[in-house]
Order: sequence, then C-alpha cells, then structure tokens
Amino acid sequence: MSGLPLLSILIAIPLVAGVICLFLSASGARWTALVATLLDFALSLYLWAQYNPDGAQWQFVEKAGLGGGVSWALGIDGIALLLIVLTAFLMPICIGASWRAIDKRVPEYMAYFLLMQALIMGSFAAQDLFLFYIFFEGGLIPMYFIIGIWGGAERIKASYKFFLYTLAGSVLMLIAMLYMAGTAGTTSIPALMAYDFPKTAQTFLFLAFLASFAVKLPMWPVHTWLPDAHVQAPTAGSVILAGVLLKLGGYGFIRFSLPMFPDGSAQFVPLIFVLSGIAVVYTSLVALVQRDMKKLVAYSSVAHMAFVTFGLFAMNRQGIEGAMLVMLGHGLVSGALFLCVGVVYDRLHTREIERYGGLSDNMPGYALLFMVFTMASVGLPGLSNFPGEFLSSIGTYHASTWAAIVATTGIILGAAYMLWLYWRICFGTSRHADAAAMPDLDLREWWLLAPIALAVIWMGIYPESFIRPMRNDVGRLLVRMERVAPAGDSAPTAGKGTAH
Amino acid sequence: MGRFAALLPELLLSIGGTILMMVAAFTGRRGSGLVSWLAVALLLAATALLVGPPSHAGPVFDGLVSEDLFASFGRAIIYPASAVAIIAAHGWFERGTEHASEYAVLILFAAVGMGVMVSASSLVSLYVGLELQSLASYVLASYRRTDERSAEAGLKYFVLGALASGILLYGISLLYGFTGTMSFTGLAAAFGRGAPSLGLLFGLVFVLAGLAFKASAVPFHMWTPDVYEGAPTPVTMFFGSAPKAAAVLLATRLCVEGLAPATDAWRQIVIFAALASIFLGAIAAYGQTNIKRLLAYSSINNVGFALIGLAAGGARGASSVLFYMAVYVVMTIGAFLCVLWMRDEEGRPIETIASLSGLAQTRPAFAWAFSAFMWSLAGIPPFFGFWPKLLVFRAAIASGYVSLAVAGILGTVIGAYYYMKIIKVMFMDEPAQPFARTRQPVQGALILVAAVVISPLGYLLINSLNAIANRAAGSLF
Repeated sequence: MSGLPLLSILIAIPLVAGVICLFLSASGARWTALVATLLDFALSLYLWAQYNPDGAQWQFVEKAGLGGGVSWALGIDGIALLLIVLTAFLMPICIGASWRAIDKRVPEYMAYFLLMQALIMGSFAAQDLFLFYIFFEGGLIPMYFIIGIWGGAERIKASYKFFLYTLAGSVLMLIAMLYMAGTAGTTSIPALMAYDFPKTAQTFLFLAFLASFAVKLPMWPVHTWLPDAHVQAPTAGSVILAGVLLKLGGYGFIRFSLPMFPDGSAQFVPLIFVLSGIAVVYTSLVALVQRDMKKLVAYSSVAHMAFVTFGLFAMNRQGIEGAMLVMLGHGLVSGALFLCVGVVYDRLHTREIERYGGLSDNMPGYALLFMVFTMASVGLPGLSNFPGEFLSSIGTYHASTWAAIVATTGIILGAAYMLWLYWRICFGTSRHADAAAMPDLDLREWWLLAPIALAVIWMGIYPESFIRPMRNDVGRLLVRMERVAPAGDSAPTAGKGTAH
Repeated sequence: MGRFAALLPELLLSIGGTILMMVAAFTGRRGSGLVSWLAVALLLAATALLVGPPSHAGPVFDGLVSEDLFASFGRAIIYPASAVAIIAAHGWFERGTEHASEYAVLILFAAVGMGVMVSASSLVSLYVGLELQSLASYVLASYRRTDERSAEAGLKYFVLGALASGILLYGISLLYGFTGTMSFTGLAAAFGRGAPSLGLLFGLVFVLAGLAFKASAVPFHMWTPDVYEGAPTPVTMFFGSAPKAAAVLLATRLCVEGLAPATDAWRQIVIFAALASIFLGAIAAYGQTNIKRLLAYSSINNVGFALIGLAAGGARGASSVLFYMAVYVVMTIGAFLCVLWMRDEEGRPIETIASLSGLAQTRPAFAWAFSAFMWSLAGIPPFFGFWPKLLVFRAAIASGYVSLAVAGILGTVIGAYYYMKIIKVMFMDEPAQPFARTRQPVQGALILVAAVVISPLGYLLINSLNAIANRAAGSLF
C-alpha cells in the first residue's frame, strides 16, 4: 500500500476545488468542479482496485490526534468503500446535470456541491465518533444552501424543514455519543464496534441513534421532510439527496446501531419491522396518487429505503447484504430517475405528469433509458435493484414471514406506480403540442444517463463485484450479532455468522 | 513587593488609565486617536504580562485576590477583548459630539474591574471589581448622550444594575453575618460545617442573583435587549464579550472555591438559570428585527450553555466553562464587528436584519464571514463553535446530568432557527440596498482573524486551548 494519505486526499480534492471555485467565473467554476469530481472518482476507483477484500477489516488507515478526545482518524472497510465509490460516481453526473440548469451564482453553487462531497466522503471514512458527527452534521449546511438558493418556489420552507428535522434527529445522537465516549473511554469507531455497553444503556443509545438515522434514511413517520426537499431542490440536489445523503442513514445503522448496540437493536426489531411495513405500503400508495413526478420518485425512495431497514434488522447475511445492495442500487436508480425528471423539466418547466405523454414518439432515446431505470426501480431481474430486493426479502422471510409478506407487497405496488408513471409519460398519444415538440436527449444528457444505465445493468447481471468487498465485513457484523439475531419463524439457514 | 508583582497588570492599567485620562482632558478632541492607541497598547502590554506562570500563585493581600492560572486565563480573554472594543470604535465616535478618548479610558477602567473580578477570592474584592466594571459600563452605555436610545439604555442599565448591586450586597451581608468571614475559603469552611442555615442559603441565593444579572442569565436578563440595542455598537460589542466572560468566570470561582460544600444548593439554581436562558434566549429571538437585539438574545442563550458546564461541576465542568467563554468571546466579537461594518451610503450605521438582504451577492466576503459567526454561535459543526458546546455537554454527562444535556441540546435546535434566519436573509433573499464600501482595514483584519479561529481550522487549537483551560480550572481545586 502506498504511503500517501489517500482518504485525506479524497476529502481534500473537492474541498480545495470548492474554495477555488469561489474565485472563478461561472464557466471556470463548472470546469473546475467537473475536473475535481472526476479526479475524485478516479481516486475512488483506485481505492477500490487497491482494496483487499480478504485483508484487514480497516484499510487505508490514517490517524492524527487533534487533542481533547478527537482525532483525524480515517479508514474504510468494504461497506464504506462501496458507498464512497457510489458518491464519487454520482458527483460528476450531478455537476453535469447542473451545467445549464444552474445559471445564477454558479461559482457558489459548485463550491457548495464540492464542499458537500468532501463532507460526505468524510462521514463514510471517519473512524472517530466526533469526527463522524462533524462531517455528518456539516453536510447539512451545503444542502441547506443548495435547496434554499437554487430551489423552487417553496424553497425556503423546504430548506428549513430539511435542516431542522435532521438537526433535531442528530443532536440526540450527539448526547449518546458523549455518553459512549465517557463510558467506553474511547472515541474510536472500530474500538466501539467491539465494546459491550450495558444492556439497559443500549436501549437508550439505540433509540438516540435511531432518532438520527430514521430521519436521515428516512423512515415512516419522520419522512415528511423528504418530499418537500426533493420537490424544491434543483435536479442535482435531488440526485445527491436520494443517491447519497439518504444512504448515510443506512450506513449509520450498519456502522453504529447494529454492531455497537446488538442487544438494543434486537429489542427493537419488531418496531423497525412495523415502521418499515407501514412505510412500504403507505408511501407506495401515496406515490400512486401523486401528480408531481418528483414527488412520486421521492415517495418511492421512502418505500425503497424500507427494504434497507427490513434487510438490516433481519440480522442475517442475506438481509444485510441485500440491504447494502438496495442502497447501492437505489442510489443509482433514484438518482437516474431524478435526472430523467430533470431532463423533461428543463424542456417544459413543469413536473405535472398530466402535461406529458407519448414521449416515446419524439424522444425515443429518453424513453429507452427511462424504461431501463423504471424497470430497475420495479426490481426486474437483470437490473440493479433485483439482487438487493430479492436478498433483503429472503433475509426478512427468515426473520419473520409476515414482515416478508408485507415487504413483497411493496414490490407489487412499486411496479404499479412506476409502470403507470412510465405509461403516462412515454406512451399514449401526446396530448400537448409543446410536449410533443420536445427534442430528444442531447449529447450531454446521454453522458449523464448512459453511465448510470451501464452501472445498473452491471449490478443486475454480476452483483458479485459489489458483494465481494463487503462479504467479510458483513460476516464480522454477523459474528457480533450472533447471540441476538432473531430466531425467526421459519427455518434458519446457512450463511449465518461465518467470517471468512 | 512580591505581592504587588502579582497585581502588575491591574497596576499598569489603572496608573496608565489615570495618566491617559489626564492626557485626554488636556488634548481634547485632537488627542483621541493617540489616547485610543495608547490604551490598546496598555491592554496588550498587560496581556503580555500574563505569559508564563503566575509570579505569586495563590491568595495575596490577606486573601483578597487570588493570583492563579484561572485569573490569568480570565484576563487573557478580557484584555484583548477590551482592546478590540477600543479598536472597533475607531472612527465611530469622531463624527458625533463625543470624545473617543474618554471611551478608551472608560474601557481601561472597566478592564481593571474585570481583572479584579476574575481574581477575586473575597466578597469584598468581588464587589469592588464588579462595581468598578459596572460604573464604567453605565457611562459607556449612555456614551452617545445626545441620542435618546443611548441615554435610555444607560439609565435603564444603571437603575437595574443598581438594584442588582443592592441584591448582591444584601446577599454578601447575609453571608458575612452568618459566617463572620468574607474570604471564599472561609465561606467554604463555614458551609462545610453541616447543613447551611436558612440565612446562609438566602445569602447564597442573593449573591447568585446579583451575579446572574451581570451575566444576563434568565430570569435577570430583562435589561439585556434594551441596553444592547440602545448602546453604541462598539459598546454593545464590549458588553457582549469581556464583562460577560468576567461575570461567568467570577460565578465559577465563587461556586467552586467558596460554595463547594453547598453545591447541592447552588446547582439547582444554576441548572434553572442555564435551561431558562437557553430556551428563553432561543425563543425570544424569533420575532426580532434588529440585529443587535437578536444578538442580545443570542448572548443570553449562550450564557445558558456556559452555565451547564458550571452546573456539571468538577474540574472538567470548570474547564469547559473556560473553553466555552474563550470561544464565545471570539464569536461574539466577530459578529459585532460585522454589525459595525453595516453602514448606509452616508456612513450612518444600520441595524435592521432586513438590510442584510442578498449580501451574499453584493458583499460576498462579508456574508461568508457573518454566516460563519452565525453557524458557529448556533453550534453547528464543522464550525468551531460546536466544540465548546460539546465540551459542556460532555461535562454534564460525565457528572450524570444526562437529562440536562438533552434539554440543553434541544435548545440548540430551537436556537438554530434564528441564526439560520439571518443566513437566509443574506444568502437566499434578493439583494436590497447594499452597504456603502467603507475602508476599515483594521476591523477587516480583526474579522478575518476571528473568522479563521471559529472556522474548522479552529479544531487545530483544541489541544493547546484544552491544556490551558484544564490547568486553569485545576488551579481552583
């Protein structure tokens, strides 16, 4: 392994580029941002190539004490690696999506985006409790500006709602972190992942972390900030919100709640299953009646995220690996769907589903790609969401048959609202002259959507490339949770708790 | 002579201040620049005297004052903050009928008073220090005497301050009457002899009430918004920074050194004042349209957090209070320097929040700096203002006051809203009439320094600041 602090560089590139952007012209900022995000993507691919799935749990570790109980400690395992690659992959696409759509205060916009990338990367790479919190919370600030400055008509309200909801959730986590640091005497995340807190304390610690991650993920009933934020945010903001920021919630469950408070987690499995079940059915039904395309996709995000919580709290290998795959798949697909909405919004400046129709006639390329992403979202085998949803459902089935039945209902409902959305937009006769006159995708838009489509197909056909880096990490997690995993009402199967 | 060496900073400032007063009297308006800069030089020289260990650690003058690291730490906050208050006023008063020279001299005397406050280890020196600072402050509040609001602020501050001093004195007389001693160590011994009598408890409550007034903690905060709004802005900046730190540090020393055996008695008072300040400061700030008034509520809110550290108790709690006040003073000074920057085309100061509209587009550097202070005061990471909040909560949790920490941190969420409102106005609203471009290089440099300290770069300071705060707090025990 090279001696360079690669993870620090990964964080520093967007940070420095963001500061530089502030002093540049609009086009200078665009190109700087694009180059910086592409560099970061290349670096993340290099990390992926260098990562040894059979090696130590934490790789690329670096550490420098700051004093006062906080240290600049970075390091990644397979789970963090995959999410970092996802982030780095989506970022240049976001910059590209904002290329023309954002025409005011461009340098500032690019600076916020790059700042956010640095903070997200930091959250995934942080190995110190408080360092994680600083990155995690800090990510709210750029998003607040992106929604609040470049958002739609109701942007101020949406940005406040986003910020205060998430902040209120997170502060309880901070108290829990302070308690953990005091009790365990360390702020190192790897050390805490092996520390056994008293059972009664675990209950409260779990609830405090749940408050934060449930808002972030989001889970029913604290999801209400999400539709507002998505609808008001500019396209790229929605992409990054759905694609990456929501994943911080799932990542938090995997990194903190499950390994640090296994007893606390086990205690609340029924609660999580009930909330996830409600989320799947309720938000799917809500998605069915939306007239706004973006809102529909936003509600579908909530429903998909319920598969993550189902899988994670099934506490078996299929469930957790499935949950991770759902996060990655949803990151790609929901990002792409928001881009698809953005493409037609840029042309017609409305998100009303009614205003479109018959787009397959005048926009065949768009209809083709949109079809790929719709099918992926529905969970068609061979596309990215299928392996994740399938595994997560199997895992859930092992833990609770009833939960699995409810979860799979969500897949059916998902097919209903997505296919109906696709039918209303791309098929039928075009009812409006202006919609029928829209030109097909231009080169820039192909460049944005085609890479995602390729990744979606890759993930559907050969998910092993994504499971491989995290297999051992999931194994370690399962060993940690072995004694508390729910026995389930069906026969438990192999694959439980074996680390390679 | 050794005893006097311990008080060297105060001696320097009081003798220098007296001479400067004479200079000011004879040179009049012409000498105001000279007097101001000399006063700044005196304050910086007094700060330089603090470097290194205290020459005479422990009580001097029969226990009147205690020359320890805690006192040095307090002065290291107070003197530079006072110097900044003089620098910031540069060019502020000249246009009116007032003389800037007297302003500088008054600040010097207030600084002497505050120096005595943080080193006081007897009720007498406590009162003398407090009054010296207060009297200078009353005059400062009404410094722009032709302005109705300034005169009103001064009068209000004086009447209420006199009342608070009366309460404080009454408490002191009760404490003295029931224990027969004025020194903090004597008080500690008296409180240590079994359950305190009713008279002692009354004395304790009255003294704490008097101190809470000076620190503008709820429920003795009523004067704060009016005085902050009415006083000339450099004076408001001064009130928000150094005297506040001095009052909180004085309360810390009194509670830890003098009232330690009665911790159960004062802790509930401090907890109430802390939570009441946090929530009232956060909620009452909602409807404000004047930036100075809003910052007044922000200062009430922030004092509440510092008091959480005090309620936590122990060396760790005291250390978190010191850390908190050090960072708080930087944030407050930075925010008020930004307010001082706000001038209209004719150079008149403007104070409405609405006039900040769209500054991110017309004055981006200003908007970024001001928003950094706002995020930091709100305690949102990655800004450095987050760290002292974390420290006080950590101290509270380490002492077992988890519910106190939970309540306090929920207060930050409510408080975040109004800080964000200012940021929203600057970044998300359409530009209004921009400020006049003023040439204030010194103030600009000070804003820059403060902004760098409270930016994420501030985390590099944690190690050294923590070590100093820990040692300073340790000298109380």
